[in-house]
Amino acid sequence: MADQTLPIPSPFEVPQTGTAAFLEWLHDWFVTVDHKKLGILYVVYSLFFLLVGGFEAMCIRIQLIIPHNTFVTPEVYDELFTMHGTTMVFLVGMPILFGVANYLVPLMIGARDMAYPRLNAFSFWLTAFGGLLLYFSIIGGFGLYGMGSAPDIGWFAYAPLTAKAFTPGHNTDYWALALIVSGFGTLGTAINIIATTISMRCKGMTLLRMPLFVWLMLIVSVLTLVTITPLTAAQVMLLIDRYLGGHFFDIRAGGSALIWIHFFWIFGHPEVYVLVLPAFGIASEIIPVFSRKPIFGYSAMVAATVAIMFISLGVWAHHMFTVGMTSVGNAFFALSTMIISVPTGIKVFNWLATIWGGRIRFATPMLFALAFLVQFVIAGLTGIMLSAAPWDWQLHNSYFVIAHFHYVLVGAIVFNIFAAIYYWYPKVTGRMLSETLGKWHFWLFFIGFHLTFDPMHVVGILGMPRSIYTYEPNRGWNTLNMVISIGAFIQGIAVLILVWNMIRSHRSGEMAGNDPWDAWTLEWATSSPPPSYNFATDPVVRSRRPLWDLKHPNDPDWKYEP
Amino acid sequence: MAQTIGKLQIMQHQSGPISIRSGLLLAIFLLTGACTAWADGPSAIPNIFAPSTTPAYEIYYLALFVLTITGVIFVVVEGLIVFAIFKFRERRSDPRHEPAQVYGSTQVELAWTVIPVIIVVVLFLTTARILFAVQDEPEPKSALNVTVVGHQFWWEFRYPSLGIVTANELHIPTSTEDRPDPTFLRLLSADVDHSFWVPQLAGKTDLIPNHPNGMWMDPNTPGLYYGQCAQFCGVEHAKMLLRVYVDTPDQFAAWVKNQQQPAVDAPDVAAGRRIFMTEACVNCHAIRGTEAQGTYGPDLTHLMSRATIAAGAADNTPQNLYLWIQDPDNFKPGSHMPAMLLSDQQIKQVVAYLTTLH
Amino acid sequence: MTTTSVPIFADESWRLPSRGTVAMLSLIIGESAIFTIFVVAYIYYIGRSVSGPTPKILDIPIFMTVCLLSSSFTIMVAEHAIDHGRMALFTAFWALTMLLGIIFLGGTALEWRHLIYIDHLTIRTNLFGTTFYSLVGLHATHVIVGLMMLSIVLVFTLLGRINQSHAERIKVLALYWHFVDAVWVVVFTVVYIVGR
Repeated sequence: MADQTLPIPSPFEVPQTGTAAFLEWLHDWFVTVDHKKLGILYVVYSLFFLLVGGFEAMCIRIQLIIPHNTFVTPEVYDELFTMHGTTMVFLVGMPILFGVANYLVPLMIGARDMAYPRLNAFSFWLTAFGGLLLYFSIIGGFGLYGMGSAPDIGWFAYAPLTAKAFTPGHNTDYWALALIVSGFGTLGTAINIIATTISMRCKGMTLLRMPLFVWLMLIVSVLTLVTITPLTAAQVMLLIDRYLGGHFFDIRAGGSALIWIHFFWIFGHPEVYVLVLPAFGIASEIIPVFSRKPIFGYSAMVAATVAIMFISLGVWAHHMFTVGMTSVGNAFFALSTMIISVPTGIKVFNWLATIWGGRIRFATPMLFALAFLVQFVIAGLTGIMLSAAPWDWQLHNSYFVIAHFHYVLVGAIVFNIFAAIYYWYPKVTGRMLSETLGKWHFWLFFIGFHLTFDPMHVVGILGMPRSIYTYEPNRGWNTLNMVISIGAFIQGIAVLILVWNMIRSHRSGEMAGNDPWDAWTLEWATSSPPPSYNFATDPVVRSRRPLWDLKHPNDPDWKYEP
Repeated sequence: MAQTIGKLQIMQHQSGPISIRSGLLLAIFLLTGACTAWADGPSAIPNIFAPSTTPAYEIYYLALFVLTITGVIFVVVEGLIVFAIFKFRERRSDPRHEPAQVYGSTQVELAWTVIPVIIVVVLFLTTARILFAVQDEPEPKSALNVTVVGHQFWWEFRYPSLGIVTANELHIPTSTEDRPDPTFLRLLSADVDHSFWVPQLAGKTDLIPNHPNGMWMDPNTPGLYYGQCAQFCGVEHAKMLLRVYVDTPDQFAAWVKNQQQPAVDAPDVAAGRRIFMTEACVNCHAIRGTEAQGTYGPDLTHLMSRATIAAGAADNTPQNLYLWIQDPDNFKPGSHMPAMLLSDQQIKQVVAYLTTLH
Repeated sequence: MTTTSVPIFADESWRLPSRGTVAMLSLIIGESAIFTIFVVAYIYYIGRSVSGPTPKILDIPIFMTVCLLSSSFTIMVAEHAIDHGRMALFTAFWALTMLLGIIFLGGTALEWRHLIYIDHLTIRTNLFGTTFYSLVGLHATHVIVGLMMLSIVLVFTLLGRINQSHAERIKVLALYWHFVDAVWVVVFTVVYIVGR
């Protein structure tokens, strides 16, 4: 800000003036209700668990690098893939995206904070303790003498495998409790984001002038309300079964294994959109700025997202083509799943039209965003293959499915999360991340990603099912698995480069200034890092790109927008 | 600014691999499809693109259809993206002012909404046709009925019309046009969810407790087909392997005849037989024609007619039988069979008895 | 890069919806999804118990229902009263609302006592027991939470700390109470009419 005289230190700057100052700094992090600090806490927490979940993935790939490997026991392998899935979805994907939203939504709509700062802090700490509870199962599951056994039921936890008879001990309970606790945290954040976007916008920030990221977070939050809650309900039922002797999923008492599968995917499929829509939002901010053009078809993007939200609530049973639904049921869910590709396609075409005719700057955030675009098309197309129900009878639960959803979760979401880190790190810390290390990170991760997940499609077509701790040497899967594992290790190295880049650049990165990317949304109008009150004076906007208007007073956006 | 542009141009040269890699992926897809489709008959590689039955072939046909459509979309869209990335890169010669600001176009939005809708309609109609054809196929009178029961971690096969019970290795006859003899499976589970998947013979169907399912197959080529459980069912899910022997009608008749016999009672292995009948073995295993009537574990009446033990975890050899009885964890840690704590001598005698069960 | 500053344009009139109402409506949407799952489970399992008592043993709790539904009306009167600053009327009807809620809970307690000791139906008896106690109990939990929040307001009212300026917050809280009542209509219909 122009009138800002004292530079604001990065929030990570540890005071060097003695223990008392240090403790005060630490205390401040624990009691903060500032949306920016909470956003940072979310992201740091998620990045930590990204390393944990990534470590689990590395162990999985070491085990599968050759057939009949004995790197881990079958029990440990089951725990590894259960924890990998649960960690990446609940402790990495959602918190990091909600963390980014926490940081950015108030800044982007010109607000001083979230609608409910204390609820915000409460939600974060719930989420955080949910994660700790999940990992506490390693000690608590069987007590100290049985230490080292984590949940081993798969992240989908199909009943009746979760019944006491099949999974004694407490690790399944920790799993359920952890997800309930962090689920309530997520619910609180979702409510907060909705209230903030609806009720806290600055003057002139009409709904149709909000940045697309804010729009997508609003839609995601609404979707979260009806997505996380069914999971919470199902988990409560599971705990009633396990602790009060209930019979929801008890086969011998007439309970149904099938209804858990329904409940889980009523949560599980919209959950994919809860994760991917914020990633779309990130891409919708980054792609225009580095193409030097406004987003193409803003209203169409919003409409398509709303359509995706509604349709996504009616497609869950495409995870269930093999459970023996009627042929009409199968046909319905095949159709609804195919239909969702239409609004998704609209988004892809709009991004394409945004770079079309632009002037593309290949900075690291843009590299990740462009790779996302390329990969997301593939993810969408394999999704269409899986929606063809009869073909899904073959592909379901094979490595093809693993490849498909990692193309979404890594190829689309993680790539965009990395893009977001490179793009907004200067705003958060006041310093740029190293572009050289960024390029190394990008290319290694890109190559590793494709080495890992492209062959997974093939090995799935060759009949390799998921969740297996080893495989027979004569099935033709050996070479492909070797390549997949090598790719995974390359990705691991790339992520370590990112961590190093973040630490190193915080000390010695180039100073960023308020607006290093020459961008157009409000967060770039304030200083980097922003003061605790965000804006010295409440901003007033007249178009979707307030900073464009400011930089081009002769050719402002509001002349063209409806 | 000038410095960054220098870096950017290096980047532009590297943007090539995006398209090449993606193209490779498609090529791999099409090649696996095309090549293996020609290779007829069973293979150790359970490739879904090497179908041997009507349902598997129908799915294969649908797969090729969907692959063609998605392949065209892939080439067009990725082509446009890569072209745009290359064409609209920032150049040193670019003027300093911003490019033309375009906000959108209703006509264009309409076009890329309507065209995908048409594609979806075509895809869905084809999918639905094959879906109904495969799933709602009526069961002919001549069909062979087999009940498959999934257990942690093995397969039980019951032939109610033939009075046969066996495990892990399914035998079914070929079905040809002049002699249609399809097999209809009824899928049950004794404990948790499992999934029956032999890719060359059919898509998978889950075995869910309290929820009987069905599937069918009419293999045209005799031979051995591989598959395995495709729904995570616990510790040894990975070693819940499946073998399906597709027999010619004569072979199948011979197999049935042998299986219908009660167990061989060879006098020279009476010692082993006595141990088997007096130890806990009988609690779980059945041997038809003896007092062993357990149903928790596989039926051992014709154990030696099977090529593998422990649901495919090991070859059925006397050495492996010895190791298996000594401690099942040797092959399959986590299987429900306990180590029987027999002496070396006793295990040898039991193995000697078991190896007579042809 | 040129320094940018916060853009400021001519003043426009600018009104946004109340954040309290928005947040409470969001919470209600989320809660509805939880209830939906429990209701679906209840309906799915009707008649699937393999043994034990059936829903035939349930008596229709008409008095309880009348109490809870009229509490929605009394809280509306209270809302109206605080809008117009009539604090005595507000206090009376707020307390009446709580009383009706407590009667409802008492009715549930008596019903459960009867079911447990006379009909021998507990949560572990059969599927009916499991789904019945879960669904009705989930609703009762919401009534308890509602009563706790209402009582906080009552305490502050009696201490004279609540006045007309709190009308909007009171209405947000009342929204939750209306939701709890509306859910009872669904639970009542499913459990005592359709399922019996």
